[in-house]
Amino acid sequence: MSAEIKYITEPHPITGVSNAKLGIWLFLASEVMLFGALFSTYILLRVGSNHWPHGWEELNVPLATINTVVLIASSVTMVMAWASVKLNQFGKFRMYLGLTVLLALTFLVIKFFEYRPKFDHHQVWLHDGTSMRGHLTEDDDEQDYILFTRDADKEHPDVHHEAEKIERERIFRHSSFGPGHSNFFGTYFTMTGLHGLHIIGGVIVNTWLLFPGAVMFRTNRERFAGRIECAGLYWHFVDLVWIFLFPSLYLL
Amino acid sequence: MDTSPYGWWFPPNISMHGAGIDRIIDVVHWFMAVLFVGWGIFFVYCLIKFRARPGHQASYQLPKAKISKVAEVGVLVFEVFLLVGLSMPVWSKYRNDPPKAEENPMEIRVVAEQFAWNFHYPGADGKFGRTHPRFMAADNLIGLDRSDPLAADDIALNNKFYMPKDRPIVLRLTSKDVIHSIWIPVMRVKQDVIPGMEIPVWFTATQTGHYQIGCAQLCGNNHFTMISDLFVQEPEEFRQWQLEQKSSGGEEEEEEDA
Amino acid sequence: MSHDDHHHGHSHGSAHAHGDHHHELGFWQKYVFSVDHKVIGIQYAVTALVFLFFGFTLMMLMRYQLAYPKGTFPSFFAKIFGAANMPGGTMLPEFYNQLGAMHGTIMVFLGVVPLAVGGFGNFVLPLQIGAPDMAFPRLNMASYWVFFVGGVVMLFSFFVTGGAAQSGWTSYPPLSNIAPFGQTLWLIGMVFLITSSLLGSVNFIVTTVQLRAEGLSFFRLPFFVWAQFVTAFLLLLAFPPLEAAGVLQLMDRVAGTSFFMPEGLVVGNRMVEVAGEGNPLLWQHLFWFLAHPEVYVLILPAMGIVGEVIAINTRKPLWGYRLVVYSVIFLGFMSFIVWAHHMFMTGMGTTMSAFFQTTTMIISIPSVIILTAFVISLFGASIRYTVPMMFALAFLPMFAIGGLTGLPLGLTAADIHLHDTYYVIGHFHYVVAPGTLMGLFAGVYHWFPKATGRKMNDMLGKLHFWGTLIFLNGAFLPMFWIGMAGVSRRLYDQTKYFHGDAVQDLTVLSSWSVWLLGIAQIPFIINFFASMRVGKKVSDNPWAATTLEWAAPSPPPHGNFAVVPVVYRGPYEYSVPGAASDFSPQFVAKA
Ligand code: HEM
Ligand SMILES: [Cu+2]
Ligand SMILES: [Cu+2]
Repeated sequence: MSAEIKYITEPHPITGVSNAKLGIWLFLASEVMLFGALFSTYILLRVGSNHWPHGWEELNVPLATINTVVLIASSVTMVMAWASVKLNQFGKFRMYLGLTVLLALTFLVIKFFEYRPKFDHHQVWLHDGTSMRGHLTEDDDEQDYILFTRDADKEHPDVHHEAEKIERERIFRHSSFGPGHSNFFGTYFTMTGLHGLHIIGGVIVNTWLLFPGAVMFRTNRERFAGRIECAGLYWHFVDLVWIFLFPSLYLL
Repeated sequence: MDTSPYGWWFPPNISMHGAGIDRIIDVVHWFMAVLFVGWGIFFVYCLIKFRARPGHQASYQLPKAKISKVAEVGVLVFEVFLLVGLSMPVWSKYRNDPPKAEENPMEIRVVAEQFAWNFHYPGADGKFGRTHPRFMAADNLIGLDRSDPLAADDIALNNKFYMPKDRPIVLRLTSKDVIHSIWIPVMRVKQDVIPGMEIPVWFTATQTGHYQIGCAQLCGNNHFTMISDLFVQEPEEFRQWQLEQKSSGGEEEEEEDA
Repeated sequence: MSHDDHHHGHSHGSAHAHGDHHHELGFWQKYVFSVDHKVIGIQYAVTALVFLFFGFTLMMLMRYQLAYPKGTFPSFFAKIFGAANMPGGTMLPEFYNQLGAMHGTIMVFLGVVPLAVGGFGNFVLPLQIGAPDMAFPRLNMASYWVFFVGGVVMLFSFFVTGGAAQSGWTSYPPLSNIAPFGQTLWLIGMVFLITSSLLGSVNFIVTTVQLRAEGLSFFRLPFFVWAQFVTAFLLLLAFPPLEAAGVLQLMDRVAGTSFFMPEGLVVGNRMVEVAGEGNPLLWQHLFWFLAHPEVYVLILPAMGIVGEVIAINTRKPLWGYRLVVYSVIFLGFMSFIVWAHHMFMTGMGTTMSAFFQTTTMIISIPSVIILTAFVISLFGASIRYTVPMMFALAFLPMFAIGGLTGLPLGLTAADIHLHDTYYVIGHFHYVVAPGTLMGLFAGVYHWFPKATGRKMNDMLGKLHFWGTLIFLNGAFLPMFWIGMAGVSRRLYDQTKYFHGDAVQDLTVLSSWSVWLLGIAQIPFIINFFASMRVGKKVSDNPWAATTLEWAAPSPPPHGNFAVVPVVYRGPYEYSVPGAASDFSPQFVAKA
């Protein structure tokens, strides 16, 4: 073909980057706008709210801390994977990229264990303005009441409550601690969920690069290094988003 | 038909502040017309004068076009005038300058819902009874707490609004469900009504008569029926009307259009 | 592009450049899952034209309801739409609202943007910068197919229970939160369309930055490329917030959150059981943060086409080329800080309204400059009244009306009366319908010879032009008076209002114009399809133009150019004194 698409591997003499690298930077710029909009939403809703809990009161900070460490580690292994390609060490490349994927999966598994209990735990708001937290023991649409087991009080953690009947007509609303619980949990699930989707996207891309995509390691190593670098940029970005999410949602 | 005050330009204006709004719209349109006609004359001249024809050649030289710079600066200057001279003063009066207590304004709560305007008058005591969404029902559209003594003389009207002329009216706009927008064409008043917020608007009528209050924001299937009658009365007539109202938290029968 | 044309190109030897690598692609790879920017461009353009026509058809239906609110539809329609939408021939208000919301959505996101950016951008931009293709051909294909899926989801939503989205194209919550299932599909469709645009815009920017031919500096770029380039940035940065908003609304609808719902909502006298504390205005901010730049996405590519066509057909350089380019860039920047002028009536304070009024007045200046530059370009010209030129010229006064009528809407005091009335509908349609559509038609007639090697018929073209010009104005001009009288938009029956009844005659006039406008498109449709087969064959450069796309064979083969072009001069060197002909192409060393 007389005309090939240029600058696929080699950098453009003026801009100094290859097509893919410019492309990934632009993509990340749009991602910044996406998460920027969500962070603005979070700030706006929080400022406009009159009972927004502190993250640490409601969320599992230890698990999230572990996850932070896991993600940072995965960023490091990602860089090592790229360096290994540059140094023409296929075995090491496989190991480091494999580790990156494993760490990402670890993050997701921990996330799952962080999410799940939220859906078992309930809160009931009554018409008289009070509310209680606990577990929904029975919620049968046929009955005009629900059975609800309150959590132990903070002061007497070992005194367990019995399941009690609450008439439906006294109840304004009941909800698990899922996204519908309050805007706090809404933003928490939406933002970490969207971030989780980005992690899954990264896992898919990296897994592809690890197996079928790795053929290019032999056929065109320079270009392959470029691909790993782009995947890496994306991965660092996803990591960075978490670095913002963690304090905003869990610590403040 | 030909006696109708409504035609192909502005609807009649019966508010104190409306003239300012009409003036700015008029001025802007004259300005636009001048620009468009001036620009159009040049355009048509070029289209004819510079059409391709045998013996005619385009010139590579670009015209200096000093006049266009003059025109652009002129546009800019005029826009500043529109902004600072006309628009901002009207707006700040409209939004930031509520009637003072000595003007004896009358406050009414407006509760918009799909697809009706509810008006809550404080009644003779001038104080609103308590309301809460929990009390809202087909016979209590504004959710008046009937156990509140202040509510005893409150008046609630559905899709009918009575007001005296020459007295400032302050509407406190709320919505039960979705976003509506109160639109009183003859009063030159428009304001979105947003659930979760209470937004005030104010105006003073200068003429009596039967008019309409509409909704300017799509609020569901029957958005187009969300029209309330508006009766502007002489102050004396209004006082009379107010006395005749039995206090209620309910609604009245629909009345046929006069 | 038909099969014949393709072979025609080959037999004339213009496409032998890639002959040695030539391996026959199957039908699917060549026309359906093609990675060639020209095929993708044509796919986009044809799909978008179909959607435009569909969106227009919705409007023709609505106009019947508007003109004859007390009448019933002919039984033919009643049969098609069935009792769910038109019982006994009476259009239900919910159906009217669906048509309205979907007209807006389809026209903007499935019609104009895909045609202007996906169609013309894809087809023309790589050619104009002398590139063999887009930087990421497969990504390009993906963005078309993602767009296509988004379109299918949108259309499908008409057939679900409760019908399509019906809360306006702006989908303001809480109304949209409590709307039927079609709204969920709308949101999902939007996520696809946004993703498609993001992929596309990355591709356009990279292509423009990296793949320009040798000698083609930024200030030698044709104006069309500049327009697309700025557009791509707008799409890239403005769309993500809408995507975020879409996700939030989706959560509100399916996961029970209440980002956009405050406490204490009562619908049908029942309290809505949500957590509350949300903010309906949040959506509007996020939406308009996209949707105002989106307006420039709708207009800039059309401006680009018009600039191109005007330069070529005036046979002289574009006046103030650099000034115009700077104006476009400035426009792009400013478009990010005017969004709240759509929200003046939400109870905004004086400071904020003063800020947004001022930015709005400022953003009008570059538009004035561009328009002025285009008219001054006519001075001293030798105007060839070709069909594309007639459309391009008509764009100017139409866009002028659209721009001027934006002025009163940008002044808060005047906006009190005009906000959400037909005046607004008239204003933005003068920008996007008589404006943008005129520009896009100009582009179709202008680049048709490049895509097919054949010209469209002049007679039919002129017929199309006059019909379109007259009836577009007939449709939209009355709206200024209707709006001035106070008639709100999105009204199923305006005659319930005193002031609406008074201008009903104008509404009837507008409706008839819309239907005649539909008839005026028949010559275009015939011309478009017939010319592919029997249109006059023309040379590679039938308009005697200077930019690079005319250096390629018509239609250009895969890889585009027989010889990799080198650029020697600016884009619009016409009637250069002492030159051999009245045009000095960018790609010819000595003219
Ligand atoms: C060319 C023929 C067109 C006609 C006759 C037409 C007519 C109309 C009318 C009468 C309305 C108001 C409907 C109502 O308020 O109930 C409307 C709304 C709208 N149109 Fe068009 N239009 C046309 C083309 C376009 C184009 C090309 C675009 C966009 C690029 C467009 C975008 C819109 C939008 C965004 C709305 C607002 C929808 C809403 O209220 O949610 N239209 N159109
Ligand atoms: Cu309403
Ligand atoms: Cu409404």
